[in-house]
Amino acid sequence: MDVNHPHRPPAARDRAEDAARIDIVGLTKRYLTPKGETFTAIQDVTLKIEPGQFCAIVGPTGCGKSTTLAQVSGLEKPSAGTVSVRDQIVNGITKGVSYMFQADALFPWKTVLSNVAIGPALLGTPKREATLLAMDWLRRVGLAGFEDRYPHQLSGGMRKRVAMAAALINNPKILLMDEPFGALDVQTKAIMQNELLQLWEELRPSVLFITHDLDEAVALADRVVIMTSSPGTIKDVFDIDLPRPRGDVQQIRHEERFLELQGQIWDSLKDEVTRAYAKTAGAAA
Amino acid sequence: MVEQPSDIQAVGRRKARQRMTATWAGRIILAVIVIGGWQWFTAAGWVDKFFFGQPTEIWNSLVHLFTEGTAFGTIWENLWITVQEALLGFLLGTFAGIVLGILLGSNKYLSAVVGPYIRIVNSIPRIVLGSIFIVAFGLGTFPKVLLAAVLVFFVVFFNAFQGVREVDQNLIANVRVLGASPLQVAAHVTIPSAMTWIIASLHTAFGFAIIGALVAEVLGAQHGIGLIISQAQGTFDPNTVFACMVIIAVVTLGAEYLITLLERSLLKWRPPSRSEAQAI
Repeated sequence: MDVNHPHRPPAARDRAEDAARIDIVGLTKRYLTPKGETFTAIQDVTLKIEPGQFCAIVGPTGCGKSTTLAQVSGLEKPSAGTVSVRDQIVNGITKGVSYMFQADALFPWKTVLSNVAIGPALLGTPKREATLLAMDWLRRVGLAGFEDRYPHQLSGGMRKRVAMAAALINNPKILLMDEPFGALDVQTKAIMQNELLQLWEELRPSVLFITHDLDEAVALADRVVIMTSSPGTIKDVFDIDLPRPRGDVQQIRHEERFLELQGQIWDSLKDEVTRAYAKTAGAAA
Repeated sequence: MVEQPSDIQAVGRRKARQRMTATWAGRIILAVIVIGGWQWFTAAGWVDKFFFGQPTEIWNSLVHLFTEGTAFGTIWENLWITVQEALLGFLLGTFAGIVLGILLGSNKYLSAVVGPYIRIVNSIPRIVLGSIFIVAFGLGTFPKVLLAAVLVFFVVFFNAFQGVREVDQNLIANVRVLGASPLQVAAHVTIPSAMTWIIASLHTAFGFAIIGALVAEVLGAQHGIGLIISQAQGTFDPNTVFACMVIIAVVTLGAEYLITLLERSLLKWRPPSRSEAQAI
């Protein structure tokens, strides 16, 4: 079967150099509200992601985590500061990026196979090759035999797998994940986290992973970044020195070092969450 | 006693059959009450059949139209002309509506500039445009096609516009990050997504096309069902007017059926609606 996979990721040793370094310097993003006021979503965010690093961003709701990702992908332009990928300042869509959202951004009118094959198809890969590649990726995420189904015929976890295959099929150098497993039930979430880690260890893209779930961040990431709420700034950065490969995320949660790190990060995050909550509670009163 | 699977199956089938029978019985009773009542009231003289027609007379008119024809040629010739006008108008209006709807829906600046004017044009009674078209373009088929197209355009346009606006922004972000050009975004995301809305509008749109063609024919024509209607009105013959309504209704139902077929094949990816399954 292997001859059919021209886009197969290169061998492991090449990957570290292949992956992209992300440099975010003094990034600020302001939005214009319909009333003509300016709203600062993130302010002066400076962050460095090493090639192939798994970086999780944790913070209260509305702290500009998604805004940060949009600047890295090049979908939006920063109001001030720069994002550089591989020492090149982002201007327009960044090459070699894939996105994964909380709501599975699958095309409801395309079959599972076409949903996965769209990535290479947009890059101009011939249809036959794109199809074979998509078949291979569906097999890798355990969905062989579901090629002809439509997304509405799949369960939430299966849709997530399709989204994951669609995000990884182009062998991205940067994977941007915006609370990808936020809407899943606990068991499915754990399974998907394990599968993500496995695939990431094979391909080693640089990952920016947004989550509300502190356990998820610690279990998956090399580095956890805490953001404060409006305007979003970086409060703390924690390096997670749990050994790789991590293995089962359910198991790692009980390790002493995990609990220690989780405790430290929670101390930092707690104030922010309380403050953000007080703000929304105050607004409601 | 344990219920066998086959028993449950049989019960289910019987219930479904009963429900079907009850529905059809209701439908037939309703038709008998309405048409029979009409016949009875006019026969008894409580309602004047000279003004309101009578079902049996309408039937006679129908037979007459199909056997004797009209002063303007056979009914088939006239029907074909009207259907042709409606069909051309439908195609023209649908095409223009889809193109402009998608264009304005995906361009914020353009829609902000043109939007108020479209609303103004939409608020004027467009049927009156028929008079202008006939004055400008004469009694041929073109003004009829144009009026039908104008009526169809707005229905399709607003749906296409809304459909584009409702596109999942995540999907657009997703394909843009994957390197899609604006044209590819339209082909892969915007148009298929708006298609649900556009097709829903086609059902109403064909009705409007027929109305446009008929009204324009009533305003002035040399052939067509609308002309037969206006002629019948002039000779105080409500039965022929009703007969023409019946013919047009049959045509519209046929078109509706074809549009439903198109809808099924284009939107086969949609989940079946839940209301189709009923509790036993």
